[in-house]
Parts: sequence; C-alpha cells; structure tokens
Amino acid sequence: MAGQGEASEPIERMNGHELAEVSPHHPMDRLLRRDRLPHIWCSGCGLGTALNCFLGALIQTKLDSNQVAIVSGIGCSGRVAGYVAMDSFHTTHGRAIPFATGLKLANPKLKVVVFSGDGDLIAIGGNHFIHAARRNMDMTVICVNNFIYGMTGGQLAPTTPISARTSTSPYGNTDHPFNLVYLAAASGATYVARWTTLHVRRLQRAIGEALLKPGFSFVEIISPCPTLYGRWNKQRSGLEQMAYYKEKSIIQHGADPRLADIDLNGQIVVGKFVDVEKKSYLELQQGSGGAGVQRRR
Amino acid sequence: MPDNVPLHGEFFISGDEACAEGALSAGCRFFAGYPITPATEIAERMAERMPDVGGVFIQMEDELASMNAVLGAAWGGAKAMTATSGPGFSLMMENLGLGIMTETPCVVVDVQRGGPSTGLPTLVGQGDMMQARWGSHGSYEIIALCPSSPQEFFDLTIESFNLSEKYRTPVLLMADEAVGHMTERVVVPPVESLQLYPRRKPTVPPEHYRPFEGDTNGVPAMACAGEGYRLHVTGLTHDERGYPATSTPDTQARLVHRLIAKIRDHRDDILRAQSDGLDDADVIVVAYGITARIALWPIEMARAQGIKVGWLKLITVWPFPEDLIRALAPRIKAFVVPEINYGQIALEVERCAAGQARTILVPHAGGEVHEPHVILDAIRDAARKKTRRRGDGETRRRGS
Repeated sequence: MAGQGEASEPIERMNGHELAEVSPHHPMDRLLRRDRLPHIWCSGCGLGTALNCFLGALIQTKLDSNQVAIVSGIGCSGRVAGYVAMDSFHTTHGRAIPFATGLKLANPKLKVVVFSGDGDLIAIGGNHFIHAARRNMDMTVICVNNFIYGMTGGQLAPTTPISARTSTSPYGNTDHPFNLVYLAAASGATYVARWTTLHVRRLQRAIGEALLKPGFSFVEIISPCPTLYGRWNKQRSGLEQMAYYKEKSIIQHGADPRLADIDLNGQIVVGKFVDVEKKSYLELQQGSGGAGVQRRR
Repeated sequence: MPDNVPLHGEFFISGDEACAEGALSAGCRFFAGYPITPATEIAERMAERMPDVGGVFIQMEDELASMNAVLGAAWGGAKAMTATSGPGFSLMMENLGLGIMTETPCVVVDVQRGGPSTGLPTLVGQGDMMQARWGSHGSYEIIALCPSSPQEFFDLTIESFNLSEKYRTPVLLMADEAVGHMTERVVVPPVESLQLYPRRKPTVPPEHYRPFEGDTNGVPAMACAGEGYRLHVTGLTHDERGYPATSTPDTQARLVHRLIAKIRDHRDDILRAQSDGLDDADVIVVAYGITARIALWPIEMARAQGIKVGWLKLITVWPFPEDLIRALAPRIKAFVVPEINYGQIALEVERCAAGQARTILVPHAGGEVHEPHVILDAIRDAARKKTRRRGDGETRRRGS
C-alpha cells in the first residue's frame, strides 16, 4: 500500500485495491477561475450544482466561451460571476438584467447570460425582469431559487412559501409568493423551464436549450439553502432538501404555469413549461425603421 | 446629405436637440433613457437619429434600468449616454456609483428643473449641483460640466465623452431647463474635424493584463466583453485583477486612492472656465449654466456705475476649481454667487475663499432665472462693504 505521501502524489493502491488515476485537473477548469476557489458557498448549497450544470451546458452547446458574458446581481447566486473564467459582471442588486440588456445591444455577437437569485431578480429586480421578458430581449436568465435571502442572513423573499419561517417572518410568512414560471410566461418569456438541483442532467439540457434559443429564456433552478431556509423549515441538511425534491417533484412538460405554485414543503412541478416562437427584440429591431417605415423628417 | 452620418452645418435647434447631436458627433452609439421633462427631447431626438448612424436607442422601464443599460453598453464597447432630470437623477445614484467603481466611461445628462421632489417639471432649476458631487454613497471624485447655451450643450457633450474615456469615469453634464429648452444657432462641425478621445485598449495579451491597474494617469486601459480578455468586473472593492478583495484594508486604500487621484490630480486638465475682467476686480460674480449668462447684464450695469466687477463662468463645476478661487480671494472684496438654488456652489466658493473674501449668495427657489436687479444689488452690496483684509490696514466692517 502506498505511504502517506504529499497530496500531489497519486495514491495507487488502498486496502489492496488499485485506484483509478486521479487527475489534478477538473474537466471544467478552463471555464473556472481556479485562483478564486474554493468558493464561499455553504456545504449543501445548490449553487455549486447549478454552476456545474451551466458550465456543462456551455460545453455541450459548443458556444465560444470568449463570446459569453455572465451578468449577476447581489447575493449568493450573484457570486457565480466571480468564479467563471469568462467576461463576467457582478453588478448592483436587482440590476443585472438592464446591464445585460445594454451589453447585448451594444455587442449583439455576445451570448449574454444573467445568473442570479430569487430576491435579486424578482424583488428589487422584478420590474426589469418583466420588461425584459415582455421585450423578449435576447438573453438567458437563470434564477437560482432558494426561497430566501441567503447572503444577508435569511430574510423573506418574494418566493418564500406561506407559513415558512425566515428572519423577517419569524412567526411564519403571510405574503403570497410569486410563481416564477407563471410570472415569466405571463410577461412574455419564450422559453420557461424549472428543475431542481437534483435533476442535474435535465437541468443541464434545459440550460443548453435556453442558451441556444433567441429571445428571453428563463430557467428556474430550485436549490437548497440548508444553512438558513432549510434549517428553519424542517429540512436541516442539503441531503434532506434533496430528498424532498426527490419525493415531491413531478415532471410535467407543457404544464400550465398557473398551476405550478410551490407551497411549503409541497409539490414542485418541474419541466419545460414554455417553448414558443416569437420574434425576439433583436429580430424586431432588424425589421423596423427600414425601407418600409415612413421616417419623420 | 446621407442619412447615416452625424449632422454638419448650422442649425436653429434647442439645447436638448444639440445635446443629442453632440453625442452622435462624439461617436455615441447607445442611448437608453426614460421620459422626463425637460430632458425628454434628448431621448426623442436619439430615437429618431440613432438608426441614421447605426446606433441603438432603447426606452427603458425606468431610470435605474437606463443607467444600468448605459453601463452594460459601455462594457459592450459602445460610447453610451442617458439623459434625465432631478427625479431621475436621484434614481440613478446607486448605479452611478457602480460606474465610478468599475471605471465605466459614459455620459449622464441632467437637465435640471425646479425641485425638490416632483417640483416644477417644466421650469428651470440648478438644485442638483451638490447631488452631482455627492449623490452616490462612498468617497469618490466626479467630473461635471455645465453648458450655458445650446451651442455649449453640443460642444460640452463631446467634451464629456472625451473626458469620460480619458479618465474612465462617468461624466455628468449638468444642464438646466432654460438651456435645454431654448432655441439658438448651433454650429455642427464636420465629424472629421473633431478631436475625439478614443477608448484606450490594452496593448498586452490577456495573461498580462491587469484590468484595474492604472497605467496612464492612474487610469487603466479598458478591454471590453468579447475581446478575449475574460474580465471580471465587480462593484465590490477589488484588486488590480478585478477580483473582490473585501477582507484587506490595503486593497480598499489603494483602490479608493487611485480612483480619487486619477481625477483630483488632473483637475488642471479637466478645468474649463471663462472669465472677463478678473485682473482688477473688486467683486467677482461666479456662476454656471444659464445663470452665467443672466449675470452678464447686471455686471454691465455695475461697471457702468463704476464698480470693478469680474465675471467667472464655471464650465467645469466638479472637480471644483479650488485653486482658482483660492488665488482670486485675497485680491478682491467679495464673490457674488447667483444660482437657482439655496446655496450649493456658493458653499464651495466660500470654503475655498477661506475668509479672505466674502461670499454673497444670490439664491433663487427655482422656476425662473434671476431678475437682473437682484444680482446687481448683490454686486453693489459686495462692492460697498469694507472688510478686514489680511496684511491690510483696513479694519472697519459695516454691518452685514
């Protein structure tokens, strides 16, 4: 049996069994800023998985990573921007989407991805979210929804289910939450999907579809926050939250988004809700102001 | 004339329209805005003209979105601008800070109106001048210019873009409703004759590039998205690589110092002013925007009455021309500062005068320009009073 060498020495045998060779490289190294790792996320957090699925989708779709730009807001999800080895912009709270709009319109060759959380995108960022969806603006928006404001210590979010406990709803939340797939669909998004961090392969595929489709594509990722949301709502570990996803998720492609509400520890409808063809913002722009339109002089 | 080039020639247009044309002449190819009186015409002109030059106009859902879209567009490689008035300016403050912290070149126009709050949407004010300096949180420097005519509104928009690229900072163009809505002759030179400061790109390959290391005048070269540099840009305190560094006070000190010094240390380059009759003046009227023009007739009348009064028009208001005021103060009795607010730039004048000359504010609540006699009275008052001067035998002081 090989001795207790330094970490860089491969351990060839353990307990008499030959081990596979361990590479010092991760398959996604070229897309990660290794000098920024380890990341800040808690153990059991779904963000690592979400990021992994996103990078996997990028690799799978063979998009040129030199032309991909990630824009994030503020929160645990917002930190994704700092870990990807691509042009990345960690902007202000709620404002990733308008920043991404400007970025895309100034350089339409870029593939612009907004990666943020439920509070950032939907509370403070809600207005920008619905307008970008309405415009069918050419971007992919990934919302990591953990039903809470994690970074600041566990406050109520616009997605927190009724009766859930958070630090600003210590007696149980009494605000109706948003149903994000319904909100996105109603606002005009042309691609809407929801998966949990349990559904890694399907999530990666959905992100790939979202990336390749013109217009406003929205992917909601239901993700655990065991440190705060889970701990206060009877799912004290990441594993327990994943077990909940396993038990209560139901795959219904093409389901009516209106029927996809998520109650506390309740059913989670996942799948692809919307995938329609509608002219994107850029497609409409190319068509307007041209030869046929009478310009005021 | 082809449709796809900026204008060239003489025009009879409003200040707002001139601003839009100035931006296009400067190479602005992205405008995001939101309707607000009295700046709406800038957006409308941009909506009409951007297709002519192959640029982008988008009306965003609010001013916060507009400011952010402008920042995003700048990082997408475009010269970008927005225009608003007081209420919208307030909404833009947080993200102005993002632009300052990330050293994003862009231009923000504030066509000031009567305030506070909704105030007097269609009428002149100059009440946002201190907000221009301190409106965003934290310690920073900012560049702000004030036009006094549609021609200047055109010229200074170009100047604003140049300064924004040279110093990698948002530049505020603090106009007012009177200048924005007046119609005057504006000469638009051919684009080829303009001095335009281009965005300075890195000359080293990505692995050697430090996106937030100042190399010329403390200003870093700017790579944009999609150029292969794989930047990380954040509003968090960051090191020269652009990576967040929020646990080390050293990084904060280095970064904030550089952001401030790159402007403060070059204020001579940024200072623009016009003056007349300063050399033998007893009283100097210091003004900006429309008020600098309004002051001309009272000064003429005062001179006709034998008062030696100088005129100092501030074009650059921020960074404030401290050295200039400090140099003038010992030689005169008083500064007279008319402004359409209750004392904002007057505070700077008084601070820099450091007691060596009086500072007489001529305030105005807003809605109109000053009546000439009000400024004339202040000049006469300034000239009449004798004050203690350093190293001077004069000691008597009349009541204030």
